Amino acid sequence: MTTTTAPPAPAGESTAPGGGRRTRAAARREGRAAWILALPFSLLFLAFTAWPVLQSLFMSITDTRSRDLRTPFAVDVTGFENYAKALSDPLFLQSMRNTAYFVLVGVPLTLTVALAAAVALDRGIHRLRSVFRLGFYTPVITSIVAVAVVWRFLLQTDAGLVNTVLGWVGIDGPNWLGDPTWSMPSLILMATWRNFGTGMIIFLAGLQAVPWHLHEAAAIDGASAWQRFRHITLPLMRPTILFVSVTTGIGYLQFFEEPFVMTNGGPLNSTISMSMYTYKQFGFGNYGYAAAISYIIFVLVAVVTAIQFRLLREER
Amino acid sequence: MLTAKRTTWWLYGVLTVALVAVIAPFVWMVLGSFKSEGELRQSPPTWWPQSASLDNYTQLFSRLDFGGYFTNSVVVAVVVTVGNLLFCSMLGYALAMLEFRGKRALFVLVMTTLMIPGVVTFVPLFVLVANAGLVDTLPGLFLPFLVSPFGVFLMRQFILGLPKDLIDAGRVDGAGELRIFARIILPLCGPALATLGILTFLGSWNNFLWPLVVAQTEDTYTLPVALALYSTGQNSTQYGLLLAGATVVVLPVLVVFMVFQRRFIEGIATTGIK
Repeated sequence: MTTTTAPPAPAGESTAPGGGRRTRAAARREGRAAWILALPFSLLFLAFTAWPVLQSLFMSITDTRSRDLRTPFAVDVTGFENYAKALSDPLFLQSMRNTAYFVLVGVPLTLTVALAAAVALDRGIHRLRSVFRLGFYTPVITSIVAVAVVWRFLLQTDAGLVNTVLGWVGIDGPNWLGDPTWSMPSLILMATWRNFGTGMIIFLAGLQAVPWHLHEAAAIDGASAWQRFRHITLPLMRPTILFVSVTTGIGYLQFFEEPFVMTNGGPLNSTISMSMYTYKQFGFGNYGYAAAISYIIFVLVAVVTAIQFRLLREER
Repeated sequence: MLTAKRTTWWLYGVLTVALVAVIAPFVWMVLGSFKSEGELRQSPPTWWPQSASLDNYTQLFSRLDFGGYFTNSVVVAVVVTVGNLLFCSMLGYALAMLEFRGKRALFVLVMTTLMIPGVVTFVPLFVLVANAGLVDTLPGLFLPFLVSPFGVFLMRQFILGLPKDLIDAGRVDGAGELRIFARIILPLCGPALATLGILTFLGSWNNFLWPLVVAQTEDTYTLPVALALYSTGQNSTQYGLLLAGATVVVLPVLVVFMVFQRRFIEGIATTGIK
């Protein structure tokens, strides 16, 4: 579709800086049409995202210990009391420690598995690559609730598949979900199983950009596979690794369904997460307190994102 | 050459073991859904059902209303997907191709909320929905998700890549801006719409926290809510039903995924969002 001849300009037309000829009326029509297109989104967005974000901020500095939803704002403004309370609430601090455990162990583990799978599929395998890729990715798209239900069975002490398989190689498997020492590792194990596929797909895309001739040159110079991975692949993949680690970290900071379905935060509060604690406080009618905790989670997410931006800028 | 070949065999072996480990829970789930309660409690666990039966599924759809939950999940996911495709592409087009007052401010505002976790808005959102009388209704389930900042971002990026000449050509032919959008731009957005549609549908199907709060009676339960509440409630000892329920939640998504997998994986690779 190419137009070679410009139409004759009507009288009174001005020339816009872009080079195209536009009348002021045309610009006004364009502006009006643009707002008609933007309006449905903007209204829904304001009502269900922007406004609640601000409301939440206000709620977090009020005392709303009320189950009466009609008057959630007829309350005392208590300033930073909710935040202060959170930071001295032993159960909240426990949920912070649990979340930190989940993120600090879960993210590196998920990333390592994802990268290993991506590298193996990228250069080592030609046939069946798409079959493996598809298979590894499958858990990501499934409902985490369904997956958590299934894993509860797999992790049973006696009748569970995991301990049965461990038994084949002579390992006496632990009481995964019932022992406070093993409950968090169980959730991390499941999260890694479920999520590494996302990282793998993004890593596969990133690996395509690593020039093959660098590997060939290094191989001719006698570099081993590990040396080539360490000195060629890893440095070139740094931005991608950073991106995946931050997006995974943001997701893991908010983990909720795993403990909700698998352990209900137990045993001995060993798996209660920050999001789950927010949900519980909300259920008790402590809206202000729940909002304050949700803002603490938000600040943590923002910090992680800011670190990513800082590190990515240093790349350039 | 011999070493290269041996490495490849090694790799295939390791990958196959990994693949089995990744897929086994699903296979076990589906097989388990045909087993009897007694067999599911056996130690060590069995692999193939000793006497396969559809009992769990018939109970799921007769005694429990999983047919109703399934319908709720489908309705919510379809409405949310259609809403996102329509509204996000409309704004995406305006942001990418048109000039209007407040454009920059709107773009910045929408993009700022991209990284705000859902947990931040859910308390006031619930108050809002409750005051509108929408708790325990399907609109209460889908209204907050009809638009998404991510959808706008994806559509805007895609439309920016389309040639601007098309719009000028449309204008020359006398078409209005809305007509240009509907007749020229939207048909060209196929790949982006497909990616956004699949991601949105799956996101809605698997969504849990919001429906858990808003759906308060069985009439509005979605599948994940029903499954979670059932599995953590007093009935949680009926293992066969739980596995059949999990299968009903997972299977439609697996089918959609198998059909659209190429488009889907491209979408993940380019946007980096699950």
